[in-house]
Amino acid sequence: MDWITAGAAAASSVALCWLIFSVFTNGIGWFGFWLVAYFVFLGTYFVATLDRLGRLAAVDRLMTVAAWSAMIIVLVPLVWLVIYVLVKGLPALSLGFFTHTQKGITPIQPATAGGGLHAIVGTLEQVGIALLISLPLGTMTAIFLNETRSRMRRPVRIFVDAMSGMPSVVSGLFIYATLIIPLAKDNSLFGYNGFMASLALSVTMMPTICRAIEVVLRLVPAGLREAGLALGSSRAKVVWSVVLPTASSGVATAAILGIAREAGETAPLLFTAFGYNLMNANPFSGPQESLPLFIYRFIREPLASSIARGFAGALVLMVLILLLFAIARIVGRDRTKARKRRRLPIRRSPSTGAAPPAAGRPVPQLALPSQENP
Amino acid sequence: MTEIYVGPSDRGAVDGHGPATAEVPAVPDPPRPTKEPPVLIGGPPPGAAILDAQDACAWFGDHLVLEGVSLVMPAGEVTALIGPSGCGKSTFLRLLNRMHELVPGAAMDGQILLDGDDIYGAAMRPQQVRARIGMVFQKPNPFPAMSIKDNVLAGLKLSRIKCSDKDALVEQSLMRASLWKEVKDRLDQPGGGLSGGQQQRLCIARSLAVAPNVLLMDEPCSALDPTSTRRVEETIEELRGEVTIVIVTHNMQQAHRVSDRCAFFLAEENEPGYVVEQGFTQKMFEDPDDPRTLDYVQGRFG
Repeated sequence: MDWITAGAAAASSVALCWLIFSVFTNGIGWFGFWLVAYFVFLGTYFVATLDRLGRLAAVDRLMTVAAWSAMIIVLVPLVWLVIYVLVKGLPALSLGFFTHTQKGITPIQPATAGGGLHAIVGTLEQVGIALLISLPLGTMTAIFLNETRSRMRRPVRIFVDAMSGMPSVVSGLFIYATLIIPLAKDNSLFGYNGFMASLALSVTMMPTICRAIEVVLRLVPAGLREAGLALGSSRAKVVWSVVLPTASSGVATAAILGIAREAGETAPLLFTAFGYNLMNANPFSGPQESLPLFIYRFIREPLASSIARGFAGALVLMVLILLLFAIARIVGRDRTKARKRRRLPIRRSPSTGAAPPAAGRPVPQLALPSQENP
Repeated sequence: MTEIYVGPSDRGAVDGHGPATAEVPAVPDPPRPTKEPPVLIGGPPPGAAILDAQDACAWFGDHLVLEGVSLVMPAGEVTALIGPSGCGKSTFLRLLNRMHELVPGAAMDGQILLDGDDIYGAAMRPQQVRARIGMVFQKPNPFPAMSIKDNVLAGLKLSRIKCSDKDALVEQSLMRASLWKEVKDRLDQPGGGLSGGQQQRLCIARSLAVAPNVLLMDEPCSALDPTSTRRVEETIEELRGEVTIVIVTHNMQQAHRVSDRCAFFLAEENEPGYVVEQGFTQKMFEDPDDPRTLDYVQGRFG
């Protein structure tokens, strides 16, 4: 009945707007039309429900509609973005993208020729090294912030906060100015290469990971630390043997979220990894490509095939990050709880479809599953 | 002041450093005749110990919460600390194994003697004190990331005590906490999957595994149902004589049932807590010297 009312209200509001804007006046454009129609619909639906079910139900329906509309408004750009990249990238994506580089490919060749293997390898190496650098540092900083009583905690926390808010291009610039410019002449390790990119990524990754781990450490109950200390343990041993294992799934989630964020960073790589059209598997020497640089390179070019290549790279990067987020969700789920959750089917009374009332039934009639341990 | 315990070879010799430990036998007395009693290496010296608080005071910041408590907790006996909420019982208990100092801004004065040695003395490290004086908390807190077995052995791992036979120690500790029968088939499952009462007994087993001289219990049954409470009380009964037990409880019947001695704490509004009366439990409950004690144990206030 609600749906009928809502449909009727929608139809009448659209019809009313059409009458006003297309028949009586010169119209206000499609956006204004639907905006006005939406608010007219809200009013119509509210009044119709008020008349039918009373004030309480009318407010409830109004709020339901408002909440649903808000969700749709947020969801539409997101879904649109994903579909747009899919539509643009999928035609240019072939299996060869994962096995070939841009070696010998000229701009006039079709988008499916060549591939982005060099970019995938570069992204994995750069982000992997960045994780190796920032996970231990971030974990230790989080432990310092959450498990010690040092007076330096406040300044360090402010510093970490400031670092996590720093524009990522600045971190690339920092590595460029402090390492590449003064040292590249004498040592190829400090030239344009993947390792420099990893350092630049670490600068932004460390605070991200640190903040995330600090949050999960704070969730470890204080009672566990007390229990460990009461057994005659040192603080360091409690952190290592009790707090970190308890928070391990949270730490893993923090690490994967850090990777997922850094895998999409472009700005820190511009003057560190620099980008390279061919395969360079050695992150410590020579310019290296990465997926964001790959996208950045091709999407700017005027040729349709190049732009399509860029979208193929964007699609691969998006799927990669989606996979990482999915892994983070699976790792972050509390496994002990998930295993225990077993629902007992409540026997519903056949006539009403509702659970039987408790009165007059001392023993709840639960249909137990036949086997105990499935 | 000598070091407290160094190694297996001179354990007997080290025990003789205080006047009260002179009678403690050098060979550990196994709590329950098992086939091969597990031997702990590097743990606390064997046997129960006397705890003697002399004029203990405690502060949180500038706020004096406990004033001039002098109380002897004899070796192997059960001492109950009773009194209304907020009168400093738990604070006093936490003074006894140096957990009090973990609270930021906390301070103390006076002496706590463990077999004659001041646990706040210069030669004592808090870790040593806490290994000798175990603690069971109000809320069961098994380590969720560890299995039942690892929970029992956590104390060994955390304070670097070696054991000759870990499986036997797990069995012995769980037996003493009367939990063995319920969990012997699922020692590898997480400790968090047990019921509240079982978790609390697991925590008791965890504390007992390092063979402490004293066991402090901070309202161990306040979160438990009557059946689990009875099991914990049975455990306390079995430990009598082997370990010195100090138990904080709000349950008068429980204090009456389990304890040999009682200390009644009281605090006026915004005044520090103090001991009104102490003595044998029977006398405290039947014929106390102070009328306030009689009122409290008979449930007229508090």
